[in-house]
Amino acid sequence: MSSLHVLASGPLCTVQDRGRPGYSAIGVGRSGAADVRAHDAANRLVGNSIGCATLESTLGGLRVRAHGRVVAAVTGAPSPVTINGVADGMYCTIVLADGDELFIGTPLSGLRTYLAVRGGIGVEPVLGSRSTDTMSGLGPAPVAAGDNCPVGDGSSEWPAEHWALPPERPGAISVVLGPRADWFTDTESLFAQDWAVTADADRVGVRLDGETPLKRTSSKELPSEGMVVGALQVPPDGMPVVFLADHPVTGGYPVIGVVRSFDIPLLGQLRPGDSVRFTLRDLAPG
Amino acid sequence: MIVHDAGDRALLVEFPDLTETMAFYRALADSTIEDVEDLVPAARTVLVRHNGNRDRVLTWVRDTEPSEATTELTVEPIVIPVVYDGDDLHDVADATGLTVAEVVSAHSEQTWTVAFGGFAPGFGYLVGTDARLHVPRRTRPRTTVPAGAVGLAGEFSGVYPRSSPGGWQLIGSTDAPLWDAQRDPPAMLRPGVTVRFEKL
Repeated sequence: MSSLHVLASGPLCTVQDRGRPGYSAIGVGRSGAADVRAHDAANRLVGNSIGCATLESTLGGLRVRAHGRVVAAVTGAPSPVTINGVADGMYCTIVLADGDELFIGTPLSGLRTYLAVRGGIGVEPVLGSRSTDTMSGLGPAPVAAGDNCPVGDGSSEWPAEHWALPPERPGAISVVLGPRADWFTDTESLFAQDWAVTADADRVGVRLDGETPLKRTSSKELPSEGMVVGALQVPPDGMPVVFLADHPVTGGYPVIGVVRSFDIPLLGQLRPGDSVRFTLRDLAPG
Repeated sequence: MIVHDAGDRALLVEFPDLTETMAFYRALADSTIEDVEDLVPAARTVLVRHNGNRDRVLTWVRDTEPSEATTELTVEPIVIPVVYDGDDLHDVADATGLTVAEVVSAHSEQTWTVAFGGFAPGFGYLVGTDARLHVPRRTRPRTTVPAGAVGLAGEFSGVYPRSSPGGWQLIGSTDAPLWDAQRDPPAMLRPGVTVRFEKL
């Protein structure tokens, strides 16, 4: 059986798939790839179903050596990719011969890259998913130098796509107001300013910093309630936290708005220092 | 009930109190439709995650009648053995005006029901029938609470399935296997399950 031997993991590298939905009532969140679109594209490029697990690399620095012949693809944040030190491409299919070394460097922009292998990363699933949930500690431990990642047998049709177009970088991220927008004196402040992505950004959420804090109408307590990915939860200091894949199942601060599902993958690429603008969308189609 | 949108993939359904929330959660869980991906019960709300068919899900939520606890099959409560040795036992006694022995008997002599989960895999928020044990959280949360710690906070009791930070008032400890990802179901404490604590 072929595998990837990990020579260096970079700041954080985890195994991710599309997560483990359906367990919220017992305190387990969905988790899964932070940028699902890039994860899916990587799988398609190697002929996998989108449910196969990939390696999610944060800020690059991932170096692996192929044991056996491995068909691979790298997607996500634009980053230098080399095979045995020679530059190669992203969003295309790469064939690694036994002993070849693939390296993903630091992204030029964005945060997360996905390395898919034909067959998927074949670690043991937990509750039906191979995702590492950094919040609840479920799933495999983060990938470390010295690990050997087995290649599974989850491929489908070969090849699904030879080449895919990287997504365009959007001007603004669309948000639907609520469920607790009425807890704020005005919702205009959310849309009228640029928000800076702080250093406090991980798979659980990204803390934003703005000039005008979001003001609450009262300081009453909110009993904890269910949270969704993309929720803009606002703690008492008025600086929103946007929840990513490993967000807590419930939270006790009001949510002023939720990022539309189509734009959720963009959140997984927010990098400390980036500037974000939100735009108001209603729920009507279009 | 009040229904809020939580983005384009979820509805947040709000109820006046915990009892109604639990009754609706049971009814929703028993009659769930294929458009629903997950239900997240909480103290006053049930979050309904869906696949984007908002109108169909909204109609289903509005048409669902609450299910009374008495209509459920009566199942024997799970028994959780507890050593009442928690660091906050005396503080809880002071806050409630009970003696330590009365706190222990109040906790171990009532039947608790898991209202909802959250916080950590396998953590269940338990509601009882005896309001004397309602105490605020600690003003300063602990950075580490050991696995198996039994605590009180507000109207709830709970058991930490694994070591984590936490602000609940600790009254005891148990070695009951609350969580095992390899077990089906993995959580011992699931919404609707009843529990009795047994003093060791």
